[in-house]
Amino acid sequence: MAKNTVIRMIRVVTLLIGLSILTFSLIHLSPMDPVNAYIGGDGSASPEQIEKFKEYWGVDKSPVEQYFSWAGALLQGNFGTSMLYRTPVIDIIQSRFVTSLALMGTAWLLSGVIGYLLGMAAAMNRGKIIDRIIKWYSYTLVSTPIFWMGLILLIVFAVGLEWFPVGLAVPPGVMESDVRFLDRLHHFVLPALTLSILGVANVAMHTREKMIDILNAEYVVFAKARGESDWQIFKYHGIRNSILPAISLQFAYFGELFGGSMLAEQVFAYPGLGSTLTTAGLKGDLPLMVGIILISSLFVFAGNFIADILNKVVDPRMKGAI
Amino acid sequence: MLSIHYGLNVRRKMLILLLLTSGFLLAILILSFWLSNDNLRLSAASKNLVPSVQHLFGTDWLGRDMFTRTIKGMRLSLILGAFTSLLSVLIATVMGICAASFGKTVDAVISWIIDLFIGMPHLVFMILICFIAGGGVYGIVLGISLTHWTAMARLIRSEVMQIQNDEYIQISKSYGKSAWFIARRHILPSIFPQVMVGFLLMFPHVILHEAALTFLGFGFSPQTPAVGIILSEAMSHISTGKWWLVVFPGLLLVIVIKSFDSIGEKIRILMEPTSSNE
Repeated sequence: MAKNTVIRMIRVVTLLIGLSILTFSLIHLSPMDPVNAYIGGDGSASPEQIEKFKEYWGVDKSPVEQYFSWAGALLQGNFGTSMLYRTPVIDIIQSRFVTSLALMGTAWLLSGVIGYLLGMAAAMNRGKIIDRIIKWYSYTLVSTPIFWMGLILLIVFAVGLEWFPVGLAVPPGVMESDVRFLDRLHHFVLPALTLSILGVANVAMHTREKMIDILNAEYVVFAKARGESDWQIFKYHGIRNSILPAISLQFAYFGELFGGSMLAEQVFAYPGLGSTLTTAGLKGDLPLMVGIILISSLFVFAGNFIADILNKVVDPRMKGAI
Repeated sequence: MLSIHYGLNVRRKMLILLLLTSGFLLAILILSFWLSNDNLRLSAASKNLVPSVQHLFGTDWLGRDMFTRTIKGMRLSLILGAFTSLLSVLIATVMGICAASFGKTVDAVISWIIDLFIGMPHLVFMILICFIAGGGVYGIVLGISLTHWTAMARLIRSEVMQIQNDEYIQISKSYGKSAWFIARRHILPSIFPQVMVGFLLMFPHVILHEAALTFLGFGFSPQTPAVGIILSEAMSHISTGKWWLVVFPGLLLVIVIKSFDSIGEKIRILMEPTSSNE
């Protein structure tokens, strides 16, 4: 089992190296010269800044040397300096990461729990009206752009009912230190809700399929014959067999979650990693963009890795089998 | 006897639904050519009109008819969708067949590449490619088609692997036919239905992501009537209560995506006669 995990770890490391090479070569391939992009965006860059920038990208050396000097800098936590904000990329990422993490974490938990329960409810009432509604809801959600859902929530709850503010993470014109937790929460509800609503569909549909398989299994038929109630079947057979696939599915969902949060943050002008990446991409701030791309990939790799491990290792029946 | 009748009905019902949804999509395409560009002219007289019979989706802050804009945006989505789906299906098919046909090393390399491609969040990867290609239609087409092939490549790989164990392939091999001949004459025809369905099911994803990219502001210039751009422009008019600018274009987008999804699913089910009666 340990050996298996180590092999997986090694694979993840090779993938991360591959990813950095891919990102680097894509940037290298592009007709855009990072130095020109840097100077072109802003004429006020001083000669020292340009020098520093040239050194960071190692412009004068061969591509391979450039890659190594760049990757070496990355490993030391030097992601370069953002052109837009004029501060080290790593600082920006750190400050935005918390806001994004709160958003994604809440949505992740909420959509996981609600999705699981909905999937269960649908499977236990297969073919009935509840099942049909949940199925229809999930299939429709899959076809719904997350940003449109966000806009609709904005129209209904922020503009129509005026329950929530229209955007941003804190009230405008208030000092950072004066912002109360309640204000933050007030601004947090709609983006989190948007992100949660759409995450539900994935888990719900998978749990439903899985649970229908379980309900058709012989041990459930036997349990029914013994006179177990629906609740008992759910408690003793349903949860145990379906919770693990649902959790690992939810971990594998990190990539979609990050993409979703980019869109939700854009709609609500919520200052997280996603909206920062959008701004960086639109304004051509290469270092910041690459930094966020690598961090978000790390995040997705971690999710996929955990999902993998959960699938193969945590299941008690697999003990000793590997 | 009863069950046979019932089965026929389900298939027939599906076919009728299939025709209706395809007809709906075709109608949008025809409408997009039929509606005249005059409706897009700026006019001070018809600014910010609430939806009515003349302007089904209302008008925007420049007096342009939103219905015309949305339908024309849909056409762009459909054309782009067809093109990018085709490209990514091609990549997926080639990758899938290669992984299954050329031995373990190639298989391992391709599966590593797939893992690499799904390691980066979808949308982030698309933005990176779009950015590096310099935006525009190129950026969008490349960005989407280079990121959407992975799941289908896996599907085709396992399908081809299954076929390769079949006797007729073994016999063909023993007759001395080349790998190329086998791939072209035996494998391609038998995975063709899968590829077709994959193409159709790729459509909704592609349209969804194209809308997301243009919504964020990547790809097209603001003058282009793309659905994402229409919605992102409308975003700044929400707080003044112009809800129709957002609701209708988005709703049409959802319906179009759902239509493609259901066409793909129905064809998939109809092509598997054993399970189509469920």
